[in-house]
Amino acid sequence: MGKYWNEEMECMEPDKMRQLQSERLVKQVKHVWDNVPYYRKKMEEKGVTPDDIKGIEDLHKLPFLSKADLRDAYPFGLLAKPLSECVRIHSTSGTTGKRVVAFYTQHDIDLWNDCTARAITAAGGTKEDVVQVCYGYGLFTGGAGLDGGSHKVGCLTLPMSSGNTERQIQFMEDLGATIICCTPSYAAYIGETVKKMGKSPDDLKLKAGIFGAEPWTEEMRHEIEKSLGIKAYDIYGLTETSGPGVAFECECQTGMHINEDNFIAEIIDPDTGEPLPDGTKGELVFTSITKEAFPLLRYRTRDICVLTRGKCACGRTLVKMAKPMGRSDDMLIIRGVNVFPSQIETVLLKHSNASPNYQIVVGRENNNDTFEIRVELTEEMFSDTIRSIEELEKKIAGDMHTVLGIKAKIRLVEPNSIPRSEGKAKRVIDTRNLV
Amino acid sequence: MSIKQLSIFAENRPGRLNNITHLLAVNGINIRAMSVADTKDFGILRLIVNDADKAVAALREGGCAVTVSKVLAIRIEDKPGGLAGAMQVLYDNNVSVEYMYSAFVSEKNSEAYLILRADSNESAEQAFEGRYKLLTQDELLKM
Repeated sequence: MGKYWNEEMECMEPDKMRQLQSERLVKQVKHVWDNVPYYRKKMEEKGVTPDDIKGIEDLHKLPFLSKADLRDAYPFGLLAKPLSECVRIHSTSGTTGKRVVAFYTQHDIDLWNDCTARAITAAGGTKEDVVQVCYGYGLFTGGAGLDGGSHKVGCLTLPMSSGNTERQIQFMEDLGATIICCTPSYAAYIGETVKKMGKSPDDLKLKAGIFGAEPWTEEMRHEIEKSLGIKAYDIYGLTETSGPGVAFECECQTGMHINEDNFIAEIIDPDTGEPLPDGTKGELVFTSITKEAFPLLRYRTRDICVLTRGKCACGRTLVKMAKPMGRSDDMLIIRGVNVFPSQIETVLLKHSNASPNYQIVVGRENNNDTFEIRVELTEEMFSDTIRSIEELEKKIAGDMHTVLGIKAKIRLVEPNSIPRSEGKAKRVIDTRNLV
Repeated sequence: MSIKQLSIFAENRPGRLNNITHLLAVNGINIRAMSVADTKDFGILRLIVNDADKAVAALREGGCAVTVSKVLAIRIEDKPGGLAGAMQVLYDNNVSVEYMYSAFVSEKNSEAYLILRADSNESAEQAFEGRYKLLTQDELLKM
């Protein structure tokens, strides 16, 4: 097995890829028009028919879909195939309102597995590898997505799901897992636990990790790579478009290759909806051109990011997306200033001794926003005197002020006192109820 | 001649001291001296215990942030002017005290022990030499 899972698609000449996308888009628009009255109505409202879509150059004529549409159409409103042809559903965690449910035919599952197989191959995976999947299994797409790709590549697959971290590490050691798949925060937690158990990365055979489903920074990547002795690869996806594997990172670690034969990516101005040229920061929009059961056209992800074209050093020609710089919907507005939790994480990790475990607490007192960042004190940060701890708090507060543009109260708290979820980290507590 | 002091970070919220002292109790650690330095949000609990290494292990196991530092335990006379005499010696030798607190241990009624951290423990030791008795870790264990 070479370094690509699907060399034809991953290294296709850009013109040829555009041609393939155009053909698939035209077909997909017709499929949706014929089978999804909800979207057909949106097209009619915009005065667009399938005849207007002759290729990818006409993509901008189509109406957008948003998370609100998915909630409105819940549960079957965007389904494009009879239920009898569907074989699976997955669902979002539903933390921001009513949950989103996505449907898959066997064809959709096969395509999805092909996407995650590309990610595993790009991370160096072959049939000789042992892949430990510690993403949650179940409605969440993480477990099933990487599991499917791992099977496709022919890896020995350990379907661990998340949780019971000491057992995870024991399996890793006993069965010689070489690739681990989970959320970056869980990977960091596993790294901490390895240390806590008195083990070192040398006790494990791990060589690579594929991490996604939540935002993480380069600093966090380095921490994880060090604590587990691996190379950490990013993977991107969302339930609405299938799950992880919409885009994946190669060994260059300079952005994630979007599987363009399945998804057309656009960057738009989030305010006006106008498409923006490559290299411009904006909201990422996806159009599924191969999915049968749940084919979303121009779905607004709310992820703010940048696309870069050009042949990658790895040989792939697939367009690359930068790590999302934040989501327009997890952005906090504190005292009128936009704050991304990822900025806070970056500041904390700059203080080399600072633990990445933190929590943002936003409240309101006398019509003023209160903004506190709780940071777990590590052994290294702690010294004998009050003065030195207060100095550290002051130093972090100063850097926060510089980066965020507003002042935050830094509160150092005891180790392990911030609740660690074994899936997505609960980073923000906002008690303002401003809606 | 210095002895080991444990410093434990504790947030100001109910149950923290209870948790720390409970960890020490179940591990059979005896506290020989203590002080608390506190701010609005957190405190540092400083302890002299009979078995410092065992106490550190127990506290770390229990999830506490602990550091170990060197302090001096000096014997002074338990009478008016006893402490003043020791402070005079340090002042005369240009040594500053960072913090100090009294210890529970005492062999005789006429003696008291003082835990002390100076800007330079070495200078303080030299200043006290021949005038005041400094406890060693072993002597502390036996008391």
